[in-house]
Amino acid sequence: MSEKDPEEAAKPAAEAGAEKGVEAKPPWLENPVVPEWIDAGEDELVLALRDSCPDAVSSAHSLEGDLSLVVTREGALAVASSLKEDLGFRYFVDAAGADYPDREERFEVVYHVYNIDTQRRVRFKIATGEEVAVPSLTGVWRGANWPEREAYDMYGILFEGHPDLTRILLWEGFNGYPLRKEFPVEGIDTGAAIYPEYYGPEQGPISGVGTGWMVPKPPEPVVEAAESDEVGAGEGEGEGEGESSA
Amino acid sequence: MSELPEKGPETLFDLKEMELNFGPQHPSTHGVLRLKLKVDGERVLDCYPIIGYLHRGTEKLFELHPYFQNVPHTDRMDYVAAATNNLAYCGAVEKLCGLVTPPRARYIRTILCELQRISSHLLWLATHAIDIGAMTPFFYCFRERELILDLFEEYCGARLTLNCMRPGGQPHDLPLGWTDRCLEFVESFPAHVDEYEGLLTNNRIWKTRTIGIGVLPPELALDYGISGPMLRGSGVDWDLRKARPYEAYDEVEFDVPLGKNGDTYDRYLVRMAEMRQSGRIIKQCIDKLPEGPIMAKKPRVLKAPKDCEVYFSIEGPKGEIGFYIVGDGTTNPYRCHVRAPSFINLQALPDLVRNHLLADLVAIIGTTDIVLGEVDR
Amino acid sequence: MGGLLEGVREALGDTLFFYAFSPLVKIVVVMFILVLPLVTAMILIERKLLGFMQFRTGPNRVGPWGLLQPFADVIKLLGKEDVIPREAVKWAFLLAPCLVVGPMFVIFAVIPFGPPGEGESLNFFITDLNVAALFILAMATLGVYGIIIAGWASNSKFSLMGGLRAAAQMVSYEVPQGLSVVGPLILAGSMSMVDIVEAQREAQIWFIFPQFLAFFVYLVAGVAETNRNPFDLPEAETELVAGFHTEYTGMRFALFFLGEYGNMVVISAVASILFLGGWMRPFPNVEALAFLDGAWLGPLAMFVPLLWFFVKIMIFMLIYVWFRGTFPRYRFDQLMALGWKWLLPLALLNIFLTGLIKLVV
Repeated sequence: MSEKDPEEAAKPAAEAGAEKGVEAKPPWLENPVVPEWIDAGEDELVLALRDSCPDAVSSAHSLEGDLSLVVTREGALAVASSLKEDLGFRYFVDAAGADYPDREERFEVVYHVYNIDTQRRVRFKIATGEEVAVPSLTGVWRGANWPEREAYDMYGILFEGHPDLTRILLWEGFNGYPLRKEFPVEGIDTGAAIYPEYYGPEQGPISGVGTGWMVPKPPEPVVEAAESDEVGAGEGEGEGEGESSA
Repeated sequence: MSELPEKGPETLFDLKEMELNFGPQHPSTHGVLRLKLKVDGERVLDCYPIIGYLHRGTEKLFELHPYFQNVPHTDRMDYVAAATNNLAYCGAVEKLCGLVTPPRARYIRTILCELQRISSHLLWLATHAIDIGAMTPFFYCFRERELILDLFEEYCGARLTLNCMRPGGQPHDLPLGWTDRCLEFVESFPAHVDEYEGLLTNNRIWKTRTIGIGVLPPELALDYGISGPMLRGSGVDWDLRKARPYEAYDEVEFDVPLGKNGDTYDRYLVRMAEMRQSGRIIKQCIDKLPEGPIMAKKPRVLKAPKDCEVYFSIEGPKGEIGFYIVGDGTTNPYRCHVRAPSFINLQALPDLVRNHLLADLVAIIGTTDIVLGEVDR
Repeated sequence: MGGLLEGVREALGDTLFFYAFSPLVKIVVVMFILVLPLVTAMILIERKLLGFMQFRTGPNRVGPWGLLQPFADVIKLLGKEDVIPREAVKWAFLLAPCLVVGPMFVIFAVIPFGPPGEGESLNFFITDLNVAALFILAMATLGVYGIIIAGWASNSKFSLMGGLRAAAQMVSYEVPQGLSVVGPLILAGSMSMVDIVEAQREAQIWFIFPQFLAFFVYLVAGVAETNRNPFDLPEAETELVAGFHTEYTGMRFALFFLGEYGNMVVISAVASILFLGGWMRPFPNVEALAFLDGAWLGPLAMFVPLLWFFVKIMIFMLIYVWFRGTFPRYRFDQLMALGWKWLLPLALLNIFLTGLIKLVV
């Protein structure tokens, strides 16, 4: 791993093996040390943020050197612009959604931003619910555009002020949010939602009763009992109708 | 995008602007990228990328499999640079679980990643050149790429979807004589780069086609989160291998090539120089390759600690490829998000192509170096 | 053979013989013995040569060294489904390939493959038109219509753009091409292809030396005229899928293909005649090389000029392939700029200089 002491790393492993039992055992022969959260409330960056936008940062911890902030929805925009304008986090890394169904507000949007001058990366998270919109950060970092669309696409997280909040990876009209925890891995029946004229309810490609491949032909669109005259010479329904009209 | 009038060839000539569907089955969209273009004759007025044709739900799949079994999924994202994907994922898991890789494994990883970078850049050069109409570099590049794939095949049995790393170390040691063959390739490689450059770098047509095309100002690039050669082509000196060294990169010497103007030509030069630097890194790694174990001590069943999250990223051939993993104390990731460089880099495409000609659009798609497997995941 | 011809002449009468029978025979001979083999061979040679330049073998499965590949290609294309898009303008769609191929074949009527016959030897051309140079330029222009119509009739946006590109490109490159031909015409004092070659014999020098500028302009404009790399914009596959012939399949597509290669042969042949002394051997003024005329071959000697002509055509074809293996493609506006800003002034300058010298000398 990157955070290793170079001297120790350069030591040949054979040597390390000889020293087995001695206290200077190389780290890769030890049991892994699980990283732990450290409270980072005293970090100067957090202090600066609490200064510029009070009450916006609700908690600050760090793990393995990565600062992780929890930011309130209301303060998100202020924190973001403060990070970019004042603290030099000009490089936008990523935005991702996450789903925690047990929590009161189940979704979380996770942003990573980076300061290329001090080589520091900051993660800040904004919690939100299904119906509650998060302020979009596209106005601060342009790069937030597509990742936020992806979060909307995958979780249904709403972003307020996003210029183009549409599905990005899935197709328009997909009736579900696949990365939500309750979404079944085998997929859902999208047939009826998108092509109601071809698939009846529960008859789409993936449904409890079977796959769409088995559907022999699209069911006839329901035509009002008009004089559909000689539509179906070979079709049972059509024949019946024809007889009745005749 | 404005809507076209209802129909037809009769009105097509009356229109000043027309809408052109570029892809998803177009020879130069590098896969299944689809662009909705608004063009005035040949001039591109607006461009709206439509992606997702290759979406396979990789992030959902990650949540279903134990940490070890997820490595093959990463191969399928950027399928021309599987080794760097593997490394980014394994690095993230190691960071999450506190695993420490032994030095020999770190060196092997560095070698594999740099070979992968060369092969990815070769594929980029081949397709980029053929996009601009130069046919021969394609075959030149594939000749050398084949040698790299042979080396990979010898190491792990696969040529593209390598699956060549595990959290905690390497699955196999290097085969006997592999380093010699690798060294042989690396030593012959700069001469081959000279060949490609001989065909293109000072070619008048190549220059007129690439200089000043798709200029990406550094501030805009950072704003968009663009990374890798795209960013360095704009003159921003930022390379994760230098900025946050991982594996053996802090123990080798190499330069980070930079561009000046941020146009297609500069990005071309940056990538060409990167190939040479990669050769340099591989050579040093082989010289310094330590002996010893290749796998860290780790529990038989790898479980992440409860309630923790990490983000780990490396410098892939296309840019910063990172994994954001949330662990919940079980064997599977609770959430695993991929920061795919192609996905982020592609965002800037509309800004790059606006007011260029259709032919430039093709050149700019080429220089963005996207792999749709990674864009759509 | 002479006796047989006399017999036919007796039977048909002079008028029919000279105006119907003899041209027909010549056309058949020129088409099927000279042009078509040349074009098909060119397709094969290009693929082989490109393969050689790109470290691969090229076609090598059909016949020895892949020699039968062109036939396999033709049979494959004949077997393809002939698709006409539903929205296409049908008559124009069908007409376009013919418009490309037809004029190309017509041009061969005035191309002399060998010297005019004296006595028993054969004439190696269909006709010696006294305005052949104009005729060739005119016919070459007709080929553009085929491409424009193909692009428009396909009713596809990519095809349309290919057609538009072709129109702009070929029209603007015809101007410098036409003007570059003027130089040799001034020197020769004639527009007949045969006379131009004869003029080079009398001048004891190929026109490429006094007319180097014109040769350069003609070569570049010729490459652009035939839509070959680096000027292959109308069919740039990475930009326009396949340009004007995107929607064409099977034999119709093959006709475009044939037209392209045929036009290459035409451009090469005209270049050989105008600048490289047509059917003459190299260095026609050096007596020591007289054996190259092949007088020692006896009766076969009359085919030697044909051989030299083919060699010269091949040299141009190799240049075409070489370009394709080396250059990236120009962008559309750059291509136009090159044509109007460089080639046209160069061609005009050449005419001016040639005229001046002719006036003074």
